[in-house]
Amino acid sequence: MSAPLDLPRWADTVLVPAISVVAAFLVAGLVVLAIGENPLTATRWLLQGSLGTGEGLGFTLFYMTDFIFVGLAVAVAYHAGLFNIGGEGQATLAGLGIALVLNNLTFLPGFLLIPLGILGAAAFGALWAAIPGYLQAKRGSHIVITTIMFNWLASVLIVYLLVNVLREPQSMNPETRAFPEQSYIPFMHDVFGAFGIEIPNSQLNLTLVLALAAAYFVWLLIYRSRLGYAIRVVGSNPSAAVYAGISPARIIIIAMVISGALAGGLAVNELMGYQHRLLLEFTSGYGFVGIAVALMGRAHPAGIILASLLFGILYQGGAELAFEQPAITRDMVVVIGGIIILFAGALDGLFRRLVAHLFARQKLARV
Amino acid sequence: MSPAIELIAINKSFGAVHANKDVNLSVARGTIHGIVGENGAGKSTLMSILYGFYEADSGEVRVNGNPIAIRSPIDAICAGIGMVHQHFMLVEPLSVVENVMLGAEGGAMLRAGEAKVRAELARLAKDYGLEIDVDATVGDLSVGLQQRVEILKALYRGADILILDEPTAVLTPPEADALFGLLRSLKEQGKTVILITHKLREIMAITDRVSVMRRGEMVATVETANTSPPELAELMVGRRVLLRVEKAEKTPGAPLLEVENLSVVDSRGVLRVANASFTVRAGEIVGIAGVAGNGQSELLEAIAGMRQPVLGSIRLEGKAIHSSEHNPHSMRQLGLLHVPEDRLRTGLVPAFPAFESAILGFSHEPHLGRGPILDHDRLVEDLAKKMEQYDVRPPAPRLKSSKFSGGNQQKIVLAREIERNPKVLLVGQPTRGVDIGAIEFIHRRLIALRDAGVGILLVSVELDEIMNLSDRILTMCGGKITGERKASLTNEQELGLLMAGVVDEAA
Repeated sequence: MSAPLDLPRWADTVLVPAISVVAAFLVAGLVVLAIGENPLTATRWLLQGSLGTGEGLGFTLFYMTDFIFVGLAVAVAYHAGLFNIGGEGQATLAGLGIALVLNNLTFLPGFLLIPLGILGAAAFGALWAAIPGYLQAKRGSHIVITTIMFNWLASVLIVYLLVNVLREPQSMNPETRAFPEQSYIPFMHDVFGAFGIEIPNSQLNLTLVLALAAAYFVWLLIYRSRLGYAIRVVGSNPSAAVYAGISPARIIIIAMVISGALAGGLAVNELMGYQHRLLLEFTSGYGFVGIAVALMGRAHPAGIILASLLFGILYQGGAELAFEQPAITRDMVVVIGGIIILFAGALDGLFRRLVAHLFARQKLARV
Repeated sequence: MSPAIELIAINKSFGAVHANKDVNLSVARGTIHGIVGENGAGKSTLMSILYGFYEADSGEVRVNGNPIAIRSPIDAICAGIGMVHQHFMLVEPLSVVENVMLGAEGGAMLRAGEAKVRAELARLAKDYGLEIDVDATVGDLSVGLQQRVEILKALYRGADILILDEPTAVLTPPEADALFGLLRSLKEQGKTVILITHKLREIMAITDRVSVMRRGEMVATVETANTSPPELAELMVGRRVLLRVEKAEKTPGAPLLEVENLSVVDSRGVLRVANASFTVRAGEIVGIAGVAGNGQSELLEAIAGMRQPVLGSIRLEGKAIHSSEHNPHSMRQLGLLHVPEDRLRTGLVPAFPAFESAILGFSHEPHLGRGPILDHDRLVEDLAKKMEQYDVRPPAPRLKSSKFSGGNQQKIVLAREIERNPKVLLVGQPTRGVDIGAIEFIHRRLIALRDAGVGILLVSVELDEIMNLSDRILTMCGGKITGERKASLTNEQELGLLMAGVVDEAA
């Protein structure tokens, strides 16, 4: 018997992650100190750059949109007991789906083309996740291994296609021609501008709304639907699933399909919302950030939104920081991100135990 | 003469749980002392304190009159205390000698130590009748002999006081008798034995004195000769309980479940059930008696559709089950419901709130929600009603399934299956890890179902339970059905022989 690890909900979902983040920033501060910079100044630049200006905030929310999608993707698979680390590859393929739809159906009006582009992203992402899902379900090939391999396959495939097939003949860049203009997902500053509200220009676009809707959808799916119930049974107790007449193989494939489709949201935000063409490495490793986001958000959509905001701040603020204080390079920012992941993910249990201990002691004192 | 063990005012808390409250216990030297209590009464905690797994928050331990501090099992062993755990702590690929030596090798090289162990084992065999092939691989030994190795280990380390935790849970009745014979001879040689069990019959058969624990407190210590099972049960639960549920004779009706030549192979290709054939009729309980691991689990799973049999056929209400229907989902639709053996791994999802576990296997039912979405308020309300009917405590549908005690978890599972009006009910280990008070309740429910015309197939390793509930009893050994008896016309000895695989002349 060990001390019970029962915490009030708010402590579990807010207090413990908050302690993890504070601890991570303290350690990161030591690292900054070690390279001879002032951690307080660095923190100020980080927050100033990400939240202090309207433009900075816009970029922060743009990154947050990316992270919500990949975080949700990891979470849905996680609930089925699967560790989908193929978000990169699935998003890459989703980008291909977008390009194929948008550049082949240029004659369609925007209100049709945009939904079709999003569907294309979801379908291609889903397909790229379904194959490892199938191999796991029917062949027992471990999903971690196969999704990693599919990341490589995706990145090589996209290079081949962009260099040899999809590139515009007169262009030297490995990228497609620009998407038709009516397929652009509107920038937030344009949307607000249409209502006469001035907000600073940034990459932030309406995909953020889609991301929040996806978060609600995932919550409904996982915690309220019959399918989500089956997914959670398989994830937490496979032998109970067999007993209940739920086919784990079927659920694994379905969960991976949904997961892959969600990862496609990253491509929607980056390509349809901002780049307006398919280009190499638009995923920028964000697919992996999704793992940290889902871990930190405890695979719950609300937690994922908060964790995405945190990582959005880190990415945007980090870029500003690297600009303002050249001694702190982009790599340094990655280190800080890594420390946060370490604390929020791997060391999460440590703080949880500590907090549980304090709670138990307090309860005893009250009795 | 001072007692072998004295525990004085022991307190131990885990967080908010007060597992031992001012517990006093005195065990006289050269006696067999039983400790009984429901699950969670604090027996195991107390013994763990005595054996050095936990340290008490307060209180004193005296061995042979001397106060000592036991901070680890090593301290306990030095004080002459040995423990035989319910789950053996043996290294299966090693031989008996090597297992006994483990942790007492006596130096970097094994040779000298091994000679000593062999000599000592020979002496123990002579003194106590503890014969065993010392070079046999432990993994090849029967469970009863493995337990003997555990006892030898403790004796080799100089144990004068032996603690046995639920020693008969894994034994056949003949093996249990052999164990009791051994314990008696240990007692005659002056050893002290502490026996933790929940089987009152064993307490009555072998102990000199018995202590009863309830909710962390020691409620009574009595001479075994001056007490009775009903009195002990009442002390354990705190109210009167019926140990044996009355049931009227009843003539069974039409065959509901017919199993013919069923054979099941496990994932490693080992034959688990060989050619099993039997019938369960309406309004009868057919019990399957057998030592754990003789194919009963696989038989139940195969009938429920969780495993595909390699051979054989099943008929439900006279209708042959086609292999395409032979899955848990379709079998449920056809009226064959299943209370699985392993509640925590199979019967419910520990991490889910109780109201979600209460629809496991039925989450597709249209009335549980609208379209693809489950109606949580309704599920909570449904379970709240059932919890009242089945006296589940606490009656909190939103509480995590793992937070309920074994008995209450079992009631949640039973309620789920029974309330869906089964035609045939498969029941595996309905009272394993369940408190005595809840056992009575569960037994009544099963009898009531039988009286209502349900055909029940009951698997249990508790022979008492099988004999109490069943109308007919099948015995299983090594995957084969070794005998069939009318429950009213058989006895424990006969069943014990059949369970051990002795050929049934009458069959």
